[in-house]
Amino acid sequence: MKKKLMLGNEAVARGLYESGCTFVSSYPGTPSTEITEEAAKYPEIYAEWAPNEKVAVEAAYGAAVYGARSFAAMKHVGLNVAADLVFSASYAGVNAGFVIAVADDPGMHSSQNEQDSRHYARASKIPMLEPSDSQECASFAAAAFEISEQFDTPVFLRTSTRVAHSQSFVECTERREPPLREYIKNPQKYVMAPANARARHPIVEARTEKLAAFAGTSGLNTIIPAAPEHAGKIGVVCSGIAYQYAREALGDRASYCKLGLVWPLSEKQLREFAASVERVYVIEELDAFLETELRAMGIACTGKELFPRIGEYTPAMIAEKLLGVRPPEAIAAPDVPVRPPVLCPGCPHRGLFYVLNKMKLTVSGDIGCYTLGSAAPLSAMDSTLDMGASISMLHGRNTVRPDESDRAVAVIGDSTFMHSGVTGLVNAVYNHSASTIIIADNSITGMTGHQDNPTTGKTLKGDITSAVNLEALCHAVGVRRVRVCDPYDVEELERILSEELAVKEVSVVIARRPCALLKTVKHGKPYTIDASKCRKCRMCMKIGCPAIRFDGVASIDPSLCVGCDLCARMCRFGAIEGGASKC
Amino acid sequence: MLNIMIVGVGGQGSLLASRILGSLFTASGKEVKLSEVHGMAQRGGSVVTYVRAGEAVASPLIGTGEADVIISFEEAEALRYLPWLKKGGTVVVNTQHILPMPVLTGAAKYPENITETMRALGANVVAFDALGAAVKAGSVKCANVALLGAASGVIGHSEEEWLAALRATIKPKLLDLNLKAFSLGKEAV
Repeated sequence: MKKKLMLGNEAVARGLYESGCTFVSSYPGTPSTEITEEAAKYPEIYAEWAPNEKVAVEAAYGAAVYGARSFAAMKHVGLNVAADLVFSASYAGVNAGFVIAVADDPGMHSSQNEQDSRHYARASKIPMLEPSDSQECASFAAAAFEISEQFDTPVFLRTSTRVAHSQSFVECTERREPPLREYIKNPQKYVMAPANARARHPIVEARTEKLAAFAGTSGLNTIIPAAPEHAGKIGVVCSGIAYQYAREALGDRASYCKLGLVWPLSEKQLREFAASVERVYVIEELDAFLETELRAMGIACTGKELFPRIGEYTPAMIAEKLLGVRPPEAIAAPDVPVRPPVLCPGCPHRGLFYVLNKMKLTVSGDIGCYTLGSAAPLSAMDSTLDMGASISMLHGRNTVRPDESDRAVAVIGDSTFMHSGVTGLVNAVYNHSASTIIIADNSITGMTGHQDNPTTGKTLKGDITSAVNLEALCHAVGVRRVRVCDPYDVEELERILSEELAVKEVSVVIARRPCALLKTVKHGKPYTIDASKCRKCRMCMKIGCPAIRFDGVASIDPSLCVGCDLCARMCRFGAIEGGASKC
Repeated sequence: MLNIMIVGVGGQGSLLASRILGSLFTASGKEVKLSEVHGMAQRGGSVVTYVRAGEAVASPLIGTGEADVIISFEEAEALRYLPWLKKGGTVVVNTQHILPMPVLTGAAKYPENITETMRALGANVVAFDALGAAVKAGSVKCANVALLGAASGVIGHSEEEWLAALRATIKPKLLDLNLKAFSLGKEAV
């Protein structure tokens, strides 16, 4: 069959399709998002966006227990949300195969931390596969279902950014259609009450031993010998993208023990490999996960003495550390100003953060595009930790600083609010909080690339569905003061916020304007600045629009301006004109 | 091994450009790996895509001093990634300026005479107004394909192979527009 160039995430979806997976539930998160988007393109697979990762794994697990091969994908921090189900599903086991993909982000290209999800495999006693290219993304996804059913366990499929978001060749095969498995009621297995769970734990421990034996013989771990003239010298234990970096750097000058199954490990296999070489190097990004295990087995090895625990590796780094090869000489270019990501031209969040900055409020922030409101010149965010923390952290702050509750707000997006904000809001109402909470409702899940969510009225498959009414939801949990405002109406927004901050009860202000990148949002003609009217007051610079520059006088780049008019609202001298006729 | 980097500002269409190159090299029987950027950097940040083609490709990344060609959608981004250029390598650069936030606010200065600076540092430079060509072709959105047209001579392969790669990756209703942008780019250099 013809090879096709595929993104790692697209290949995982292909593997799901080929292995007869019929149920996928996920919450988007870079770098995992495209798995679920691609899976949704197969008519044979039911795929959905869940409001958060915990709901997603629970739904997928339910489908697996009741007989269908099922799957959930998430980013590394999403697994923290899903972990509650995961640890107990490890005890209960599965019926049909159940696979959880978790995508780590070494280097934090688009994440708030650099956690190493392999620890979850060890902690939850669930086997973990780690592909190193797109072909393995597809074939390991299929292998994960087989292992899940053979060993009665959930299975992790771990990727990282450079596997998930790289393209390489995949050979596609046909889909097989396993029938829906019979479900037999078995509360001893699926009701994890203490007595039942106690009986399951020894089964889990025995399963890990069986899996460790399987690891050495499964073919998922491969020993790749060095060229004869280099044999017996350098041995590299690695997995995932680190294998590709090592292979690029060392070629056939090293032997490799390439682990496809990174948990559990086959002590016998590792011991034999170590005995075949002079020196064992463990090359793994992030934590010393494999190295710690090797050392516990008493296998001498070198790892984090040479390689960092922080950030991504490169082939050049490995060649320099192991072979003493200097990287090619690089041109010493002059410094270029940094280019951090920014809110897009026309972004609805810009008006909101302008007002928050102007009012000099403390802002308890959250995860999404609007986290960019923390950057200068908007500079209107004090904290961003996890999905939903904005509301709960503000409640904590306002409780210990009751006299200052009129000086702080929480900002959370519509999708993040549905993910983990609702429970924080319930907590605030229940516990007499004086919090003012802003839901930045841009009608989409923005940062991950426009996924629908329960507020948008559309499913992942594109079907029309009921949309959560945010106002009604807030009223239903006991919020009496719910206000709605266009964040570009900055005067009105400031007035509403002043009113709500003054009251000693929970208020929700919904700042509603759709994402400027949505196809349904029509852009106006670019605005222009009449230099003769510009008084150089720099008011238009306060909104941090990437289309406006100030070089003696202000000017607008017509190739970037989308005609949103926020800058014209800033100018007190009528110098900003145009955009009247919408196209 | 051919190492190509596509650099620019998030949202400029580097993903499509890398897919066109992927299709071009795949059709010629090479092994290909691409590494892309999704997520936060796509919101106007500095973005880089790696394209590698050869007999066997392990790592999808390109290190400093290793790129045969750097295709830059924005002039200052070409300078930023110049340390990745191999000795004797070529930079194909769109002369468009998109000012980073520190420059817009006056906290930093946009570099001057970038093309001359890069040449003085030993790079071969093909400088081209891809935005202008895209406007001429009918849409600012095909500046990426116009720039590929300008880079096609440096990268090699026949016109037929390039056109096949464009047809394989671009939606039919946008194809004519992009074919025009490609040929404007090709003719301009």
